[in-house]
Amino acid sequence: MIIKRTELSWLERMYFPTLWSGLRVTARHFYDTLFRGGRVTMEYPEQRWTVPEGYRGAPYLVKDAEDRTKCVSCQLCEFVCPPKAIKITPPGPAVDPTTGNVEKRPREFEINMLRCIFCGFCQEVCPEEAIFLMKDYSLTGLSRKEMIYDKEKLLSLGGVHNDQIRKWKKKEAEAASQEAFKPE
Amino acid sequence: MQALLDILTNHREVAMSLAKIVAVLAVLLPMVAYSVLAERKLSALIQNRVGPNRVALPLIGGIPILGPFLTRLGFWQPLADGLKSFLKEDFTPAHVRKAYFWLAPALALVPAFMTMAVIPFGSFLGRERMVLADLNVGILYTFGIVSLGVYGIVLAGYAANSKYPFLGGIRSSAQLISYEIAMGMSVVPVFMLVGDLNLSKVIAYQSDGLTSWLVFKQPVAFVIFMVAAFAETNRLPFDLPESETELVGGYHTEYSSMKFALFFMGEYSNMIASSAMMVTLFLGGWTLPFFGLNATPNEDGAIWMGLAHIGIFLAKVMCLLVVFIWVRWMLPRFRYDQLMDLGWRRFIPLGLANIVVTAVILFLQAKQ
Repeated sequence: MIIKRTELSWLERMYFPTLWSGLRVTARHFYDTLFRGGRVTMEYPEQRWTVPEGYRGAPYLVKDAEDRTKCVSCQLCEFVCPPKAIKITPPGPAVDPTTGNVEKRPREFEINMLRCIFCGFCQEVCPEEAIFLMKDYSLTGLSRKEMIYDKEKLLSLGGVHNDQIRKWKKKEAEAASQEAFKPE
Repeated sequence: MQALLDILTNHREVAMSLAKIVAVLAVLLPMVAYSVLAERKLSALIQNRVGPNRVALPLIGGIPILGPFLTRLGFWQPLADGLKSFLKEDFTPAHVRKAYFWLAPALALVPAFMTMAVIPFGSFLGRERMVLADLNVGILYTFGIVSLGVYGIVLAGYAANSKYPFLGGIRSSAQLISYEIAMGMSVVPVFMLVGDLNLSKVIAYQSDGLTSWLVFKQPVAFVIFMVAAFAETNRLPFDLPESETELVGGYHTEYSSMKFALFFMGEYSNMIASSAMMVTLFLGGWTLPFFGLNATPNEDGAIWMGLAHIGIFLAKVMCLLVVFIWVRWMLPRFRYDQLMDLGWRRFIPLGLANIVVTAVILFLQAKQ
């Protein structure tokens, strides 16, 4: 396309219209910023983004409604994790009497947040719905060690997941009904 | 030491001059620092941003309303900026020409300070004239010193020994020479009207009320002087020596820490100096045509009057500084040929025509 360049008028060659429009634009922005809340800056540490639904932030562990760790230490997330950020120590043969009928729970569960790429594979692969990518996007620490989140930290950050299915409750009930079943 | 004390006690004028020099520097340096802050704050407001708003002092920051307000305003930012330039590593690249590299920042800053010497920044304070050196060739001195300022920039470009600073230095010399001529042309009619080169006389001429201000008698000269002042101080529509988008950083690309800060201070003190010059030449200096502030107080005049005059002068300078700053965020940079065209083919002929017209009018008035 050939752009036709119009001759500038005498006034335009004197820069006056440019000066005037420049002054108008800057004065308008000045006034807007000062008096009409036209400020676009978000003052970050104090004001934060509300992230959209489905945002993939940091992965945390959750507890169920009965305050039990949902994770059963199956290690699928550890296996699927592309950057190998998750490290699970399984409980071994020792049985924890406080866990009720839940067969296993992790002895230690560590996520190295410096390695994590927030891909969400762990959440996707988890059969127990025990790990979720939450909305935290600014993880900071003063040392590398501090950035390896252990089980307590992950659980306290993750909070409670009010699961409707209640798998282990159901299993408990089933087991109880098995006990109560008396063949005639 | 004893000899120095003798001089100070026996020669009052020496002691007073020293006191005035210290006072002027004590006002000028904070003004430089705070015009940087004003620049950042105004640019932020024009661009819908917030600007510096974090620096707080330990004790003052705790005062209920004032502390947070000053922090919000960025009032302590210049302190942080200054401290930063002192603490940064003073890096000298291996390829620079060392002697010139060290000399250039000083050469950029000193002329800017020296111009302040002839500017009458007030009337009288007690029996003391509020001017450092009441030269009879004030304006010639200023032009001489201002054109020295370009050496700092050219030398910086040469000393850096790399292409972009060099281009910046060359541009600067061409630009300053061109606009120096236009600037000189523009003030000739002013002195034709006043009939004296002494800047105190120029102010005395303008103390007959608003209509005697030379900005109204010589508007064309004022416009030319102002545009030329923008070019001489390398401010934005004409900041081709610096031109960060094409020349990396122009003449101060290779500089860091305090040496860079000296260039920066030089730019802002140049702004203040040329604002002071414009106030003196065109905007009535320390006079104000209201409340009887036009009158020159006699030698034992009231001290509040002298202080008021200094205040008026500073206020006028600050208004012009705001204009300087505002224009920077308003206009894009000129192309190099446009800059030269504007200087040589518009302003120099216009300045000459202005001289001729003024001369004819003065001649006709004299004949009547």
